[in-house]
Amino acid sequence: MVSYSNFSEKLALIKSGRLTLSENVDFFLQKIRDNSDLNAYNFVFEDAAKKRALEVEAKIKSGNFGKLAGLVVAIKDVLSLKDNPLTCSSKILKDFEAVYTATAVQKLLDEDAIIIGKTNCDEFAMGSSNENSAFGPALNPVDKDYVPGGSSGGSAVAVAAGLCDVSLGTDTGGSIRQPASYCGIVGMKPTYGLVSRFGLTAFASSFDTIGPFANNVEDAELLLSVIAGFDENDSTSVEHQYTPDEKNLDEIVIGLPKEYFGEGTDEEVNKSLQEAISTLKNNGVKFKEISLPHTEYTIATYYILTTAEASSNLSRYDGARYGYRSENVADLAEMYENSRSEGFGDEVKRRIMLGTYVLSAGYYDAYYLKAQKVRRLIREDFDKAFEEVDFILTPTTPGTAFKLGENIDDPLKMYMLDIFTTSANLAGIPGISLPVKNVTGKMPVGLQLFGNRLSDAGLFAAAKQIFSLL
Amino acid sequence: MSVSVKDVEHIAKLARLRLTDDEKIEYTGQLNNILEYMEKLNELDTDNVSPLTHPMEKENVFREDIVKESLNRDKALKNAPKSNDEHFLVPRVIKGSGK
Repeated sequence: MVSYSNFSEKLALIKSGRLTLSENVDFFLQKIRDNSDLNAYNFVFEDAAKKRALEVEAKIKSGNFGKLAGLVVAIKDVLSLKDNPLTCSSKILKDFEAVYTATAVQKLLDEDAIIIGKTNCDEFAMGSSNENSAFGPALNPVDKDYVPGGSSGGSAVAVAAGLCDVSLGTDTGGSIRQPASYCGIVGMKPTYGLVSRFGLTAFASSFDTIGPFANNVEDAELLLSVIAGFDENDSTSVEHQYTPDEKNLDEIVIGLPKEYFGEGTDEEVNKSLQEAISTLKNNGVKFKEISLPHTEYTIATYYILTTAEASSNLSRYDGARYGYRSENVADLAEMYENSRSEGFGDEVKRRIMLGTYVLSAGYYDAYYLKAQKVRRLIREDFDKAFEEVDFILTPTTPGTAFKLGENIDDPLKMYMLDIFTTSANLAGIPGISLPVKNVTGKMPVGLQLFGNRLSDAGLFAAAKQIFSLL
Repeated sequence: MSVSVKDVEHIAKLARLRLTDDEKIEYTGQLNNILEYMEKLNELDTDNVSPLTHPMEKENVFREDIVKESLNRDKALKNAPKSNDEHFLVPRVIKGSGK
């Protein structure tokens, strides 16, 4: 099959007749089969994708087609697509079929994208390695002994291994940016509320966002620009029109927060970031050292608030109206307890327990309320920083991908890996992870760029130029 | 603040989870570990800080009070583990001699 490096090239090839969409979809389907050991997909929509390829191809030929006509997209299996499975990689939703389509997914369909399948992830998006999945772990295509990151591991693997053009993931504390970094691709978390959460299975509602994975910044921006927009079905949806930004790198100042480059960051990541920063400096990019003084409190704050929200959100899985119901039920109370205990995996139960504890009588003020106050301090750190600089550059993660099983027995250690990504979700700001060259090792390294709330278009403009310089 | 196995049993009850004895011991250790780390927040004086409940701090999102299409009964029952054509069916709640 003729190759292309981004969607606009692909569309040109289809228009010129040098590439047929059916051939392209067959190519992806074959590649998914050949790489089934990566376990990127929970479900592949083979027949539907083939049928749609013919329809969209005809539309392109007719000259009347949507912005994503011919783009082959994978979506994380926490997003609803009507009459198709929605499992959140959990046993508790094993046989669940969505009864409506998520707004973000509908927008893809309205613009003639082809949805090829639903990707693997950590159960209910809780995890940093994709090891907490009822479908088994997804593997890192760079080296299969390593995790791809999580929770949107399958979405990252699908793009990195060429099993689709682009994908959607969700990011509650880094679940797009961290796997993008571990797999060496582009992943972006938008401003909270820019993309409707309608049809996204709730984990922590004041943190959850939907965003794109791609091999290049242009395709990531295209995907975001389509899914962004106000939605009356999501009361936290922001009334903001996404408009591409033309800002030039020489007009901006990028902040380097000293807390993100300290001893908690591996040498391999530090060196690779320093190399990238000096390349950018040599190209005239202006940097300024800044401080985000509450960085060390982000993990504690994040895990108190998100587990609290999760314990509330996941109370809906009770075996009564949908999802798994235990066979072993004598009465209603037992139905709830046994269905939940048999249906949820270990990490989900742990987070429900933690969240229930921090919300329980006697502990609410000490943990939950305290964390909400610290959340404000963390957001204020960013507000102050953005008075001085336009964007903030950090490593995406303190280290590169780790081996499967390496951290599974130590939940706190696993939580600490989210240290550089959770801050964006606490503050509601957008962040993007871009691959940079690893100067000492083999696994990919990610550079993260933060922007202020609703500066998503500016962030993409800066990211595009940085990506092309690195 | 430290969590005992008894506390874990109480939390599990609140969360409608049934834990095995091994799980109780495992979760007690892990929750203590995590909660001890969270004590870190007490280093900060937050007396004059108001809680942030939402990153965008929107208030009072209203819509017109008009009836719109919603899920019909068939669709709502589609994923039910047990149902007749009209209702979700669950184990009997009120025990007694009724029919």
